[in-house]
Amino acid sequence: MSARRRDLGPLAAGALPLLFLGVLFLYPVLRLLLTSVEGGSLAAFEKAATDALYVGVLIDTVKLSLIVAAICLALAYPVAYFLATASRLWAAIGFGCLLLPFWTSILVRTYAWTIVLGRNGLVNRLLLDLGIATEPVPLLNNEIGVVVGMVHVLLPYMVFPIYAVMLRIDRDLAAAAEGLGATPWRVFTRVYFPLTLPGAFAGSVLVFVIALGFFITPAILGGGRVITIGLLIEQQVRQFLDWPFAAALSALLLAAALLIQGTFQRVLRGEARWH
Amino acid sequence: MALRRKRPSLQRRAVYAVAGAVFAFLLLPLAVILPVSFTSADYLAFPPPGFSLRWYEAYFADPLWIAATLRSLAIAGAVTVLATALGTLLAYSIVRGRYPGRAVVSQIATAPLAVPTIVYSIAVYGLFSTLKLVGHWHGIALAHTVHALPFVVLIMGAALRTVDPAQEQAAMGLGASRFGAILRVTLPQLRPALVSSAFLAFISSFDELVIAMFLSGADMTLPKKMFDNIQMEIEPTVAAVAMLQIALAAVVLTLAARFGSGAKVLN
Repeated sequence: MSARRRDLGPLAAGALPLLFLGVLFLYPVLRLLLTSVEGGSLAAFEKAATDALYVGVLIDTVKLSLIVAAICLALAYPVAYFLATASRLWAAIGFGCLLLPFWTSILVRTYAWTIVLGRNGLVNRLLLDLGIATEPVPLLNNEIGVVVGMVHVLLPYMVFPIYAVMLRIDRDLAAAAEGLGATPWRVFTRVYFPLTLPGAFAGSVLVFVIALGFFITPAILGGGRVITIGLLIEQQVRQFLDWPFAAALSALLLAAALLIQGTFQRVLRGEARWH
Repeated sequence: MALRRKRPSLQRRAVYAVAGAVFAFLLLPLAVILPVSFTSADYLAFPPPGFSLRWYEAYFADPLWIAATLRSLAIAGAVTVLATALGTLLAYSIVRGRYPGRAVVSQIATAPLAVPTIVYSIAVYGLFSTLKLVGHWHGIALAHTVHALPFVVLIMGAALRTVDPAQEQAAMGLGASRFGAILRVTLPQLRPALVSSAFLAFISSFDELVIAMFLSGADMTLPKKMFDNIQMEIEPTVAAVAMLQIALAAVVLTLAARFGSGAKVLN
């Protein structure tokens, strides 16, 4: 084939899927975003930024997502370490334990938590039988239930990036540090842990961003008492038909998600340059 | 482990113990749903007072549950075909194309991943309301295809990068048409990735709730019907349905691991 001839085959192959995404993805999303400034007014954004009720929801959502990301990080780190260092058989079993719930629908898992955390659920039964509590502890329809459910759903998203980074760490590094007289603790804090930070960072950003837009888990486990921005958007559309406000909230959520992801990609690229 | 030189250190064993506890936490909901689905009680109780198959019978005897299941299967089937076909074309365009703007196309292809589902749901709900597409299963299938497309593009794109384009050119040099070359030379090498993409697209649609919640109207999908039952806290039929769903996911996952591109990773 001559080098000069333009090969238009791949371009043509992309035309149909691009048209599909243009009509069914880009157009509706842009249309929604435009609704937020309907009539050239910023009233919907003003409402989101000044009304104490809605500002509270936004702050609560960010707080909830931060808590979930922090707990996920603390739980995912040992799991990733196990997967990266255990024997092949044990690592395979570990992956099974991670992937089976990962592939189970969020709805089913959330439903299961209502059984575990309910008034007559597994946890309360244990607490009562062991005499730790004298009456059922409320674990559902509050933040506790929502955090537990969200951590369960989002944990794998934290494990994968940390695991990927751990796999790439040269084991000889730790051996070298040990050979030079470092204690295992110092090897971990000064050599191993810093090398895993990019993975921990990537996982935290991913979990935080997904948590911001969560809907199913807070809807079921929050019992109407935990309102997140996702629930607020749904409520504005379905109950109040307030499209401009729902669109403004969507624009804020989308902007936050894109901004955080964009910044994080730049930071990670910078990280790559340092090493 | 035969080559193990020394026993794992105390620290490492402590970390492994924590990991074990986290694995237990991950499996707990699945472990609880199994016995509850076989309960003999009229309500949700753990541990169940007795064994029975009544909630499975209730599911199979209820035409509404079966209709919702069939609807979800039909939607997921359509999504599998549409998303795999469109995603493969798009991945081919991005990986093999040399046209300007390819980076933008690549961004657009994965953009649905960056938009929170709730935002896309109301966006498409707004559009479909004006088009009178709400309440039709076709509408849900189209929106689910958008949702599944980035996964297909990512998997197929990664697989395509491992196939040398010179193979296609060689086949064409030997007289094959471009289409023939792709069909006979490139696609067979992509089969595991195609299988993985298809399974992923299927499951992503079959389990999807948020989009379906807005678009399904009175004709509910299976997750929408489950969600409504859970919200109303009625009998444990949902537990039986959930078990069937877990079983289906396990079968799909096993098949994908056996025939999909994950097979190489696992072996």
